[in-house]
Amino acid sequence: MTNRRRFLAVPYIVWMAVFVIAPIVLIAVYAFASRDGAFTLSNFSAMGTYLSVFSRSFLLAIISTVVCLILGYPLAVIFAHETSRMQKIMIMLIMLPMWMNFLLRTYAWMSILESNGLLNRALAFLHIPPLNIINTPAAVIIGMVYNFLPFMVLPIYSVVVKIDRSLVEAAQDLGGSPAAVFRRVTFPLSLPGVLSGITMVFVPAVSTFVISQLLGGGKEMLLGDLIEMQFLGTAYNPQLGSAISLVMMIVVMIFMYFMNKFGEGEDKAVLM
Amino acid sequence: MAKELIRLSGCTMAFDGEVVLNNIELSINDKEFLTLLGPSGCGKTTTLRIIGGFQKPTSGDVFFDGVRINDVPPHKRSVNTVFQKYALFTHLDVFENVAFGLRMLKPALSKGEISARVLEMLEIVSLKGFERREVISLSGGQQQRVAIARALVLRPKVLLLDEPLGALDLRLRKDMQNELKRIQQAMDITFIYVTHDQEEALAMSDTVVVMDGGVIQQIGTPEDIYNEPKNAFVADFIGESNIVDGIMKQDGVVEIFGREFKCLDAGFEPNEPVDVVIRPEDVDIVATKDGMLTGTVTNVTFKGMQYDIIVDFKGFKWLIQTTDISPAGAKIGIHIEPDGIHIMKKSDYSGMFGDYSSYSAEYDDLEDASLEPEEETAGDYDE
Repeated sequence: MTNRRRFLAVPYIVWMAVFVIAPIVLIAVYAFASRDGAFTLSNFSAMGTYLSVFSRSFLLAIISTVVCLILGYPLAVIFAHETSRMQKIMIMLIMLPMWMNFLLRTYAWMSILESNGLLNRALAFLHIPPLNIINTPAAVIIGMVYNFLPFMVLPIYSVVVKIDRSLVEAAQDLGGSPAAVFRRVTFPLSLPGVLSGITMVFVPAVSTFVISQLLGGGKEMLLGDLIEMQFLGTAYNPQLGSAISLVMMIVVMIFMYFMNKFGEGEDKAVLM
Repeated sequence: MAKELIRLSGCTMAFDGEVVLNNIELSINDKEFLTLLGPSGCGKTTTLRIIGGFQKPTSGDVFFDGVRINDVPPHKRSVNTVFQKYALFTHLDVFENVAFGLRMLKPALSKGEISARVLEMLEIVSLKGFERREVISLSGGQQQRVAIARALVLRPKVLLLDEPLGALDLRLRKDMQNELKRIQQAMDITFIYVTHDQEEALAMSDTVVVMDGGVIQQIGTPEDIYNEPKNAFVADFIGESNIVDGIMKQDGVVEIFGREFKCLDAGFEPNEPVDVVIRPEDVDIVATKDGMLTGTVTNVTFKGMQYDIIVDFKGFKWLIQTTDISPAGAKIGIHIEPDGIHIMKKSDYSGMFGDYSSYSAEYDDLEDASLEPEEETAGDYDE
């Protein structure tokens, strides 16, 4: 029995080895290699130059994640309290843009935020001075929030919608005002959804490069852009690119470890 | 003297035009153990939810201690609820579940006070030492006790219990019945209990309210309900009943199957058609020549304490409970004392119940299966 099960797992193990483990090992090997293949730590010692890129990437990703959370949480809770018919429609509307091409969506934001874009023309029409948003960090954040918001809403929604209505009634029954019920029951029980929402927004946000290129005008270089440059761009240096990727991965892992530590014990709520 | 604590006056409840409670008039006394009893969808849970404040009646008023409370939200009522599936907070341990309501109090209680009251309550429900346990690690019976402690720690004037024993197995259910009665007496408060289990209702209650189709069928003590059912529905729902057509000849005399029987009931029109209830245990088996009626035994089931036998009287089958065995096919006579015959006015339920023609040994099981704890969710959650 056990042997048979092991046998069934072989294709997956091979798959994992070839497409997950091997690339990571390759990146690690590259990261510790010089251009001629010798072992070196110079890729990492060069990293200090890019400290500003690191901090900017993480800062923008954190801001985007927080904005997504502030917008997404109430949205998810509102969804969860609608009738099931309405819920389906609302989820559909949230997902619909995701089925449109990612680049197209981001280009659309370019034409909205441009100096002569839709937004500024609308402002001019209302006799309000134009806003200079394109090619600023704000534009990058808008792009990230727009693209990643569904990844925040959906996990929170799917947890909140499963919270037993009688738990809320029990809390009311025990004297909980609406605010207290939310703070002590609904919110703690929704934390697993919040945590996976944060993960699903933060990780792509920290490594994106298209959004910053198109909406940040290349002025706001992020980690994704930096890495892309090392592999495809003028500054061809896969060894450095690998080293940056590796460091980014480790930082994200540390970040996630503390996130999950913070939420420990809360995941039991979804087991019910 | 018992004092009235809660009154429902002309309460009607409709969801999407469907009436689930029809003009309920109910008065509940202080320190009383009152049970709302009825089959699925009879409106008992809705009645409880109206008292708890989770639903507002479509029309009619709810009074608490003489004050109209229709618009008072649940968290401002001195009523607490034990929910059907306990609704414990899984993200909190036993102590915090019980302390939940205390932490909501204003002005805030001191830590020591909260701790003392929680521990006292856990002791009352026999859960001492379980403070730091996770609620999901507890058995059904223990979770039940946490739910009761959580509701009682606020010292409410009324505890509402919505089929609290529905999820427990039979033995545990019996134990908890005694336990609940004991807790009610120890706390000296009103319990309003919802169940579809008539045995539970009879065993625990001071007052039983039998409901069907959103209408109160009868209110009375367990003895009243059992001995003097108002109509065929109540007679059939509470215990086993043979219900036959009769004609009231005069006070104290009723005609059944063309024969006159003595009874204790009076106050009917001469020759008024009535429903006659004869409980299976009130029928004595005698020799055919001494019998008031004679019939043929068609089925015998051993029930431990007694035999349930089905006897055919001219095509109408009765259930009789006896300790003497009469084999299937035997001709027997029966004798009924006047106090074993109960006369009821004709009602909409006449002719629907009380015939054991379709009786079989599996009958009981089938009936149990159809009486799963109800979930009256229709429109519950629109706020």
